[in-house]
Amino acid sequence: MAADLTNPGVPVEVALGHGHEAHAHDEHDHEHHDEHWLFKYVFSQDHKMIAKQFLISGMLWAIIGGTLSSLFRIQLGWPKAELSWLEPLLGGWVSGGKLDPEFYLAMVTMHGTIMVFFVLTAGLSGTFSNLLIPLQIGARDMASGFMNMLSYWFFFLSSILMFTSLFLSTGPASAGWTIYPPLSALPQAMPGSGAGMTLWLCSMAIFIVSSLLGSLNYVTTVINLRTQGMSMTKLPLTIWAFTLTAVLGILSFPVLLSAALLLIFDRSFGTSFFLSDIYIGGQALSNTGGSPILFQHLFWFLGHPEVYIVILPGFGMVSEIIATNSRKPIFGYRAMIGSMLGISLLSFIVWAHHMFITGMNPFLGSVFMFLTLIIAVPSAVKVFNWIATLWRGNIRFTAAMLFSIGFVSLFISGGLTGIILGNATLDIQLHDTYFVVAHFHLVMGSSAFFGMFAGVYHWFPKMFGRMMDEKLGYIHFWLSFLGVYLVFLPMHYVGIAGFPRRYYAWTGFDTFSSFADLNMFISVAAIISFIAQFVFLFNFVYSIFRGRRATQNPWNGTTLEWTTPVEGIHGNWPGAIPTVYRWPYDYSKPGAVEDFIPQTVPFSETTSSNLPHEQEYE
Amino acid sequence: MKLALLLAGILVLVVLGLLFRLQVLTAIFSGSSKRPIGVSNKVNALLMPVFLVLGGGAFVWSFLAYYKDTVIPVASVHGVKLDSMFWLSMGIIMIALVITQILLFVYAYKYQHQEGKRAYFFPHNNKVEIIWTTIPAVVMAILIFNGWKQWADITGPAPKDSVVLEVMGKQFNWMVRYPGADAQLGNLNYRLIDATNEWGFDFNDKHGLDDFTPREIHLPKGRPVLVRIRARDVIHGMYMPHFRAQMYAVPGMPTQFWFTPTKTTEEMRTETGNANFNYELACSQICGRGHFAMKMAVIVDDETDYAAWVAQQKSFTSEHPEVMANLKPTVEPAVTQAQTTATKQAAAL
Repeated sequence: MAADLTNPGVPVEVALGHGHEAHAHDEHDHEHHDEHWLFKYVFSQDHKMIAKQFLISGMLWAIIGGTLSSLFRIQLGWPKAELSWLEPLLGGWVSGGKLDPEFYLAMVTMHGTIMVFFVLTAGLSGTFSNLLIPLQIGARDMASGFMNMLSYWFFFLSSILMFTSLFLSTGPASAGWTIYPPLSALPQAMPGSGAGMTLWLCSMAIFIVSSLLGSLNYVTTVINLRTQGMSMTKLPLTIWAFTLTAVLGILSFPVLLSAALLLIFDRSFGTSFFLSDIYIGGQALSNTGGSPILFQHLFWFLGHPEVYIVILPGFGMVSEIIATNSRKPIFGYRAMIGSMLGISLLSFIVWAHHMFITGMNPFLGSVFMFLTLIIAVPSAVKVFNWIATLWRGNIRFTAAMLFSIGFVSLFISGGLTGIILGNATLDIQLHDTYFVVAHFHLVMGSSAFFGMFAGVYHWFPKMFGRMMDEKLGYIHFWLSFLGVYLVFLPMHYVGIAGFPRRYYAWTGFDTFSSFADLNMFISVAAIISFIAQFVFLFNFVYSIFRGRRATQNPWNGTTLEWTTPVEGIHGNWPGAIPTVYRWPYDYSKPGAVEDFIPQTVPFSETTSSNLPHEQEYE
Repeated sequence: MKLALLLAGILVLVVLGLLFRLQVLTAIFSGSSKRPIGVSNKVNALLMPVFLVLGGGAFVWSFLAYYKDTVIPVASVHGVKLDSMFWLSMGIIMIALVITQILLFVYAYKYQHQEGKRAYFFPHNNKVEIIWTTIPAVVMAILIFNGWKQWADITGPAPKDSVVLEVMGKQFNWMVRYPGADAQLGNLNYRLIDATNEWGFDFNDKHGLDDFTPREIHLPKGRPVLVRIRARDVIHGMYMPHFRAQMYAVPGMPTQFWFTPTKTTEEMRTETGNANFNYELACSQICGRGHFAMKMAVIVDDETDYAAWVAQQKSFTSEHPEVMANLKPTVEPAVTQAQTTATKQAAAL
C-alpha cells in the first residue's frame, strides 16, 4: 500500500499504516512545506525526487563510463603514443609512458558494466519509470514509496562498491562485462579477478536487489493504481514500455543473481560449478566436473533480456515524443503494444545466440538462430509505425523530437546488423569482433542514450519546472548524432575484417594492422562526441537554476502529467485525481478546436470531433 | 605552464558561458524565447535531408575506400559460401536501411511544421500493417533457412579422411600437436602438466608416443582439416579469420571445428601481392593480459610439401626423453580420456 504521501518525514510504520488515502490528505499539502531537507532531498519517498536522484546518479556514472571509453580509445587510436601525461589521472597504471594492458581490460570491463547497468538500466529505467508511471497513470505516488526509496539507496550502495573497486591496487574487475569464468573466477588468471571481482559481484548482487525493488513497485503501481477510466488500452505507450521493462527485470535479474552466487561459491568456497581441468600459475587445480558454458547460459539468460530492458524505455518515450511533436496519433497503437509484448516474450528465448561458437550443441544453434531472427519482425513493425507517424504530420523539432528521430535512425542502422549476427553461420566469422561492438553500440548503446536524452529534454519541465535551452539542445543533438555515426559506422569495417574485441593493440597481427588510420579516426570521433555531452551537462545544470520557467503544458501534450501543477507537489494533483476518458493520442483530430484533446476531456464535450463509435461514450 | 593552460581553459569556458547568457537574455528581450516554433524549426528540418545526403555519400565513399582492407581474402571451402551469404544478407539489410532511412529523413523534412496546417489524423490501417509485418517475416524465413542449411553443413561431422590436429590455448600462446604415424592423438591429463610436459601427455597411452608438437601449424591444401580445440586455463577463442573458422577453447570441454583450406600460403602471397603474407591464428575471447598478442602462424602447404614437413617432425618423446624416464604408471584412469569420448560432438549442455 502507499505510504503517507503528504508527509514523507513520518516514521515508516506509521506511513505504511495509512494506506492509499491521499484524497483525504489533500488539504494538508500546503501545511508541510517545512519538511526537513534530509527527507525532502535525500531520503525522499516522493517518486519525482527519486527519479531525479536516479537521473543525476546515472549522469555521474555516464561521465565516468564515457571518460573510460575516451581513455581506451586513446590507446587504440595511438597505440605507440607516449601516455605519461595520463599519469596524474591513472597513476601507476601508466608506466614508462605505456598503459598497462590489464588496466586497459579493466577500463573496457568497467565501461561496459557502468553503461549497461548503472546508466542505461538504473539511470534510464529508474528515472523515467519513477517520474512517469504515477504521473501518467494518475496516481499520487508509487504503490510503496518506501520500497521505492530503498530501491534508490540499494543502487547507491552498489554504486559505492563499484566505484571503490576502481581504486584497488589490483584494479577493478577486468574479465569483460560478461565476466566469463574461469577468467573471472581465478585471481591467478588476472589481478582484476581478485578483490576487484569480489566487489563487482557484491555490487551487482545489491544492484539486483535495487532493480527488483524498483521493478516490483512499477508493475504493482501500474496494475493497481491507475486512475478512474485508465484502462490498459488507454495507457500511454511509455507506461506499457516501463511495465514490460520491469517484468523483464523481475524475471531475468534473479538468474544473474544465481550466476553471481555460484561464481562467488567457486571463487571463495572451493566449489566447481564453472571450473574443470584447469592448470594455471604452475599448478593443477583440484576442480573437476564444472562447466564454464553453464555460466554463459545463466549470464545470457539475463544478458539478453537486459538489452531489451535498456531499449524498451526508449521505445516508449520515443513513441510518445514522436506522436506529440508530429501532432499525430502514434500509428498502430495496438500494433505497438503487440510488438513490445512480442519482443519481450522473445527476449527470453534467444539468449544462446551469444553462444553459437562456444562449443554448444550445433542443434541448439539452429533453434536459437530461428528464434533470434523472428525478433526482426516486431522490431520492423515498430520502425514502420514510427515512420508512418511522421507521415503527413506537422512536425515541431524540439530537442526531444530530434533525439527521437535520431533514436529511430540509430535503431534501424544498429538493428539491421543484428540480422547478420543472429545468423549462426555468419557469426562464425563475426563473433567477438568489432562488428559486434559496432552493432550493439548503435542499437542498444547509442539508441538508448538518445532515448534517454529525448526523455530528459521532453520531461525536464516536469522534473524541474523549467525548460532546457533549445538551441544548446540542437547543438548537442547534431554533434552527438554525427559523432555516433562517425564512431560506429567505420567500426563495422574493422569488424568485417575480423579485428577481435578487447585487444589492447592490433599491431601484432598482419591481418588487422591495415586499420591504423581508421582506428585513429574512430578515436577522434569518439572523443569529440564525448566532449559534446558536456554541452548537455551545462544545459542541464544551467536550466535547473536559470532556465526559462515552464508552463503547465509546454508541448501541448494529451497525457495526465501535463495536468499537474508546474511546481510538482506531493500527491501530484492538488485536488482530486483527474478521470480519464480517452486514449492518449487524440492529436489533430478532425473537427476538434485545438490540435490536441487531453485524456481528461470527456467525449460529451467534444461532440464536434467524435468518431461515430465515440458518440455514445461519456 | 600547466597552470597557465588551466587558467586559459577556465577563461575560455567563462567567456563561452557569458556569451550563452547574453544570447539567452537577448532572446528573452526580443521575445523570441516565447515563440515555440521559429526559424530553428526550418533549420532543423533542412538539416535532416542534408544529413541523409552527406551521411549516405560518406558511407558509400568510405565503404568503397575501405572495401579492399575490409574484405580479407578467404581460403576455405565453406568460407566462400559464408562470404556470399554475408554479402547477400548485407545486400538485403542495405535495401531495408536505405528505404527506411530515406523515408525517415525525407518525411521529417517534408512534414515540418507549417503555420495553420493540421496533421492528418491517421491512427491505424490494418492493410498496410499486415503487409509490412508479412514482408519482413518472409525475408527472415528465407535467411533463416539459408543460414540453417550452411550451419548444419559446417558444424556437421568432419569427413573420415580429415587431417586431425589439436590446438590448446593457454595464457598467452597457442600450442599445437599432431597425432604422428598412428593417426591417433594420445591421452592427456591436466594433472601431469609441468614445465616440460606442457600438454600433460599421459604416456601410459601408447598413442601419444609419436605425437609431435611443432611451433607452427601446417595444413595441407585441399584436404579437410579437423581441429580439436582445448584450453588449459581460461576460455580462449580459436580464430583463423582467413578460413572463416572460429570456436571457443574451453577448459574441461574439448571442442572442434573442421574446414578445407583452398589456397597455399605461397598462392596467397601471390594473390595478395604481399610477400610476407601469413595465415594467422588469433585469440578472440578475452583471456587476460596477453590476449591481444596470442598469435600462431599457420602455413598451408600443397600435399607434397605437407608430407615432407610431417616427415621431418620429431615426436615429443624423442625430443624430451626425460618425460619418459619419469613416467609412472597411473592408477586412476586419465580423466580426460573419458571426457574426450563423452564430448565427441561437443554436446555439453
